[in-house]
Amino acid sequence: MSNARPDQRTEARQDTRAEPYVRLERVTRKFGDFVAVDDVSLQIRRGEIFCLLGGSGCGKTTLLRMLAGFEQPTSGSIWIDGVDVTGLPPYERPVNMMFQSYALFPHMTVEQNVAFGLRQDRIPRAEIKERAGAMLELVRMREFAGRKPHQLSGGQRQRVALARSLVKRPKLLLLDEPLAALDKKLRQHTQFELINIQETLGVTFVVVTHDQEEAMTLASRIGVMNHGEIIQVGTPTDIYEYPNSRFVADFIGSVNLFEGRLVEDEPDYVRIASDELGGAFYISHGVSAAPGAVVWVALRPEKIQISREQPEGDGDNRIAGVVAEIAYLGDQSVYLVRLASGRQVRVTQPNIVRQGSAGRITWDEAVWLSWDATSPVVVTQ
Amino acid sequence: MGGRRSVFVVSMMAFGFAFLYVPILSMIVYSFNESRLVTVWGGFSTRWYAALLHNEQLLGAAQLSLKIAAINATGATLLGTLAGLALARFGRFRGRALLTGMVTAPLVMPEVITGLSLLLLFVALEQVIGWPAGRGITTITIAHVTFSMAYVAVVMQSRLATLDESLEEAAMDLGARPLKVFFVITLPIVLPAILAGWLLAFTLSWDDLVISSFVSGPGSSTLPIVVFSKVRLGVSPEINALATILVLIVTIGIVTAGMYMQRQERRRERDVQQAVAARG
Repeated sequence: MSNARPDQRTEARQDTRAEPYVRLERVTRKFGDFVAVDDVSLQIRRGEIFCLLGGSGCGKTTLLRMLAGFEQPTSGSIWIDGVDVTGLPPYERPVNMMFQSYALFPHMTVEQNVAFGLRQDRIPRAEIKERAGAMLELVRMREFAGRKPHQLSGGQRQRVALARSLVKRPKLLLLDEPLAALDKKLRQHTQFELINIQETLGVTFVVVTHDQEEAMTLASRIGVMNHGEIIQVGTPTDIYEYPNSRFVADFIGSVNLFEGRLVEDEPDYVRIASDELGGAFYISHGVSAAPGAVVWVALRPEKIQISREQPEGDGDNRIAGVVAEIAYLGDQSVYLVRLASGRQVRVTQPNIVRQGSAGRITWDEAVWLSWDATSPVVVTQ
Repeated sequence: MGGRRSVFVVSMMAFGFAFLYVPILSMIVYSFNESRLVTVWGGFSTRWYAALLHNEQLLGAAQLSLKIAAINATGATLLGTLAGLALARFGRFRGRALLTGMVTAPLVMPEVITGLSLLLLFVALEQVIGWPAGRGITTITIAHVTFSMAYVAVVMQSRLATLDESLEEAAMDLGARPLKVFFVITLPIVLPAILAGWLLAFTLSWDDLVISSFVSGPGSSTLPIVVFSKVRLGVSPEINALATILVLIVTIGIVTAGMYMQRQERRRERDVQQAVAARG
């Protein structure tokens, strides 16, 4: 298992080859009147795991299929390693894909499945056998080489599909919801295995997923998509901590969004008054918006402290409320706190103290919420 | 309660089977009848089987029918598979609705109309281009292909519709060109459906009477035509013998296929159990 944290991996990759390896230029794909992918420009670096994240129908799969060559862009161009592949059919692209359904050929054995791609290239028989064997070794499926796909479990099929898509040493591997068909325990295990294999082979991965947790674990960078457009591209940390819009803030994790008005805008801080909050946010970073403009403040539930005592200091970044609801999730508890304005705020606290101990905050208690000046994020759209 | 219910179920089943098979059984029994009169039992004998072996007309007709059925099945499978492929895989092309209608029309068209219209066409063609010369094997085969390819097309379309398209995409993604994908991936996977289509077309042609009688000519009487004309002149015990042999062949075929499928199923179940056991 890889112990590298996503941001460490990202740094390791970013420092060397920064020039784009895969380049999408103003790619649009229309189906009749429906615009599945809308003017997307995107750059993917060599050796990274890039995740396209979005809800169903956001265009992420269409984008992936255009990279594979199954769909042609209505306009725009796609470049891989300096070559324009826009018009190329799938069988002429240095790209392989792992399908969501795995698409293993049912009438062939595991080994024949893995060797299929090599056989198309008229590689000598001995070399095919060797490379297919090595790839099966890598995914720990060598002992199953003679089995047919229907004789395998879901996890085993997934590994065969991965071996088959990697055996041709593609410049780019596309993975369509690679873990969706696995159960939760197996999925968590496989995520790290995927990262390990990717690091061993150094192949560039583009992963499509609707599961933000999967994207956060796998990706060095994430592209969040909605309605055929890429809303934000960034590292998992960027996306989570510095969302650029209400959509991204809301889509990744849970968030409390407050509508507010910019009242003070200095280079090193802003103050935003919010009727919804019934108070003001003091935020220790500047924003680029006109004074008086309507903005939104995104505040993550885990960045709010909840306490019975009034916090010390002056009046911003705190608010009084009453606990309306508590959900105990084992490792953490979720509190819904109702403010004087009527707005409910979601707060999560790790359960450091064992549940049932005396002195815990309970229903209908009056509490204070407070947060750090660095915690809220201002989004203007 | 269970006892009474099972008596009811068993008797209904017995009635059902009797309804289906007593006619055939009585025919088999009477094929061993000594008497020339079909309805009068005159003792056990195999003389009609011997007579059948010397009945050139019936044997010739059977041979002709087999030949036509085989050619028809092959032609209909080829055309039907192509039509099914077009309908299932080529998306929404120009004329798709028309093709769907044309392909399925023979399924619902009364045979008399199909037969008559084909006869008119053949006559007209002969007058205009001199082909096909007269009615015979050629015209019967063409007529049979016309209606039996519709059945094959329907079988193939429904099979291809349930075939995961990502299998073909995966093969293309791994470097196989479309034609190769068809022969190496699509065809082997749908082969059972193609065989089923072939057998269906074969049987349709084998026992077709109405269309055949429109488009057949002198000297090209298929088995159903011969049998039917014989029956009109009074049933000959030879027909019983012939029918018994056919029933025997069909039964052997069905039993063999059933046993083969059962064995496959058992092997599949064992494989699945193994896979489950190997998991984890």
